[in-house]
Amino acid sequence: MAFEGLTDRLQKAFKNLRGKGKISESDLRETMREIRLALLEADVNFKVVRQFVKTVQEKAKGADVLEGLNPAQQIVKIVNDELTNMMGESATPLVKSDKIPTVIMMVGLQGAGKTTSAGKLAKKLKTDDHARPLMIAADVYRPAAIEQLEKVGEQVGVPVFQEGTDVDPVQIVQDGLKEADKNNNDYVLIDTAGRLQIDENLMDELKNIKKVANPNDILLVVDAMTGQSAVDTAVGFNDALDITGVILTKLDGDTRGGAALSIRAVTDKPIMFVGQGEKLDDLDVFHPDRMASRILGMGDMLSFIEKT
Amino acid sequence: AKSRSSFGQKLNALFANFRSVDDNFFDDLEDTLVESDVGFETAIQLTDELKEEVKLKNAKKPKDVQNLIVQKMIDLYDAPSDKDNAIQLSKDGPTVILFVGVNGVGKTTTIGKMANNYKQQGKKVLMAAADTFRAGAIEQLDEWAKRDGVDIVKKEAGSDPASVVFEAVDKAKKENYDVLFVDTAGRLQNKVNLMNELAKINKVIKREIPAAPQEVLLVIDATTGQNALNQAKMFNEITDITGIVLTKLDGTAKGGIVIAIKNKLNIPVKFVGLGETVNDLRPFDSKNFIDGLFKGLIQNN
Ligand SMILES: Nc1nc2c(ncn2[C@@H]2O[C@H](COP(=O)(O)OP(=O)(O)OP(=O)(O)O)[C@@H](O)[C@H]2O)c(=O)[nH]1
Ligand SMILES: Nc1nc2c(ncn2[C@@H]2O[C@H](COP(=O)(O)OP(=O)(O)OP(=O)(O)O)[C@@H](O)[C@H]2O)c(=O)[nH]1
Ligand SMILES: [Mg+2]
Ligand SMILES: [Mg+2]
Repeated sequence: MAFEGLTDRLQKAFKNLRGKGKISESDLRETMREIRLALLEADVNFKVVRQFVKTVQEKAKGADVLEGLNPAQQIVKIVNDELTNMMGESATPLVKSDKIPTVIMMVGLQGAGKTTSAGKLAKKLKTDDHARPLMIAADVYRPAAIEQLEKVGEQVGVPVFQEGTDVDPVQIVQDGLKEADKNNNDYVLIDTAGRLQIDENLMDELKNIKKVANPNDILLVVDAMTGQSAVDTAVGFNDALDITGVILTKLDGDTRGGAALSIRAVTDKPIMFVGQGEKLDDLDVFHPDRMASRILGMGDMLSFIEKT
Repeated sequence: AKSRSSFGQKLNALFANFRSVDDNFFDDLEDTLVESDVGFETAIQLTDELKEEVKLKNAKKPKDVQNLIVQKMIDLYDAPSDKDNAIQLSKDGPTVILFVGVNGVGKTTTIGKMANNYKQQGKKVLMAAADTFRAGAIEQLDEWAKRDGVDIVKKEAGSDPASVVFEAVDKAKKENYDVLFVDTAGRLQNKVNLMNELAKINKVIKREIPAAPQEVLLVIDATTGQNALNQAKMFNEITDITGIVLTKLDGTAKGGIVIAIKNKLNIPVKFVGLGETVNDLRPFDSKNFIDGLFKGLIQNN
């Protein structure tokens, strides 16, 4: 039941065209249908798909594909280039504050991977930048959220500031920042509770945390398996907080990860990191081109171009 | 019957806004289904079947078409299934309910909610903390056990999960517990080692109580897209899933992928999660669910 990649689909669509040397309008339409299908099966939001297909179609026409020598190759290339473009050109680094600490806030839906990603990021900063981060436990709702962050902190050798579950998260963040000042921590990572973007009270809480913490980066953590609703989530969090970037988690699964494209398209905010496992060093810098091929199932694009 | 007629009323409103049931209507229907994560293939299939039926029955009046659609959607979900919708309780000895699923979907929380229900019914309830891997997982389940006032079997973090399960089943048998909830670590279905570990847990349960686990519940997050189909397929191969718990339906996601899962694998949804507190678990109601799927279509028109 594994999804057919776009390559397989196009191979089928183009089977009858080989040797034709020319693609008619109706052939182009057929191709666009296959592209649309591949993107929908990869969970790209249907409105984003519609726009994308339109753009590609226009580019394909503009590029004289209809008259071209090898139209199939050209269409595949246009699709891949356009998708890579949309994913963002290259890796976007974290913002570094001119005076310490640099503050990073993790936000997102329940279970997306915020706490784990905070630990991974702390570890990365420690190893790559010899940073001395502090993590703040601002999730007072989920049972044992603080214990989880403390364990993660222990595993990566990073201190965790916590005040139990009876203090208001905004207050905890304020106190945690004082603690960071005192200890000269150069990075502060704030772990917040998972919440729905439609939960006004909890979204207000995040706005208040943002106000007191003045974060350099607000990272929206999103599960790569998310379907069509990735758009609502991304827009909701971005409207409320003006996020600076995205961490896409659980990419070690077999999902195509079309959510990446949806989020990028509706927020225009970069995907910065991808989570590739449960271990605390499974965090990688995001590569737009790899994501594009993954969404389309075009790992074998080169061989496809040769065969067509 | 109540939700059915209110669903009908909403569709009525919908049809009032369409002069005729034309291609536009079916395009909108298809979009609505795709947007709810039903999946493109299933959306097309359903829309085509509806088109066909509308033609066959020569339904032209919106009212007739409406009835067809209501019937079609409800039939689809209520299609006779060899798997029962209620939790199968053992008549003799402990009932073991095994929870499986990918990371972060809501397994532990659902156990917390469900255990409370059984406790309230006067049952003797035990939990097994067999997620020994994720940081704080044991503490999380332990916190739920305290809230619910039920017993828990736990070992140190990093212990062999199968040995925790063995101890728990043994205790459940010896001390006459009615229900044992087994919490397992989240695992992605493409991780062979972790799936083997789950097979081992299942085997340990069966060895101790041949009729157990009476239920293997696959927890699926409603925000999940097409990947949920792979999840259902792979977990079903390892453990014989008896039902799905569809969590996080309190958000904006519709969880339409369970229709494709039902269609392809015939695994029913048994419960839905509607929040993070103990009261936020409901038996699955197909009419409510289908109603939810079409909300967008009805509001947008
Ligand atoms: N396979 C895999 N699992 C991950 C990844 N990131 C996080 N997880 C797992 O996903 C589950 C949820 O992660 P958490 O870090 O607790 O998520 P959260 O967003 O903090 O959750 P809440 O605080 O409850 O909202 C855990 O089982 C993690 O181990 C990843 O990149 N790959
Ligand atoms: N809004 C909402 N949140 C839920 C629901 N069910 C669970 N959650 C939240 O989702 C997050 C993950 O839930 P867990 O029960 O820890 O999920 P899990 O499957 O045990 O996670 P792992 O053990 O890490 O794989 C927590 O923040 C829960 O409070 C639900 O129905 N609605
Ligand atoms: Mg967390
Ligand atoms: Mg759990």
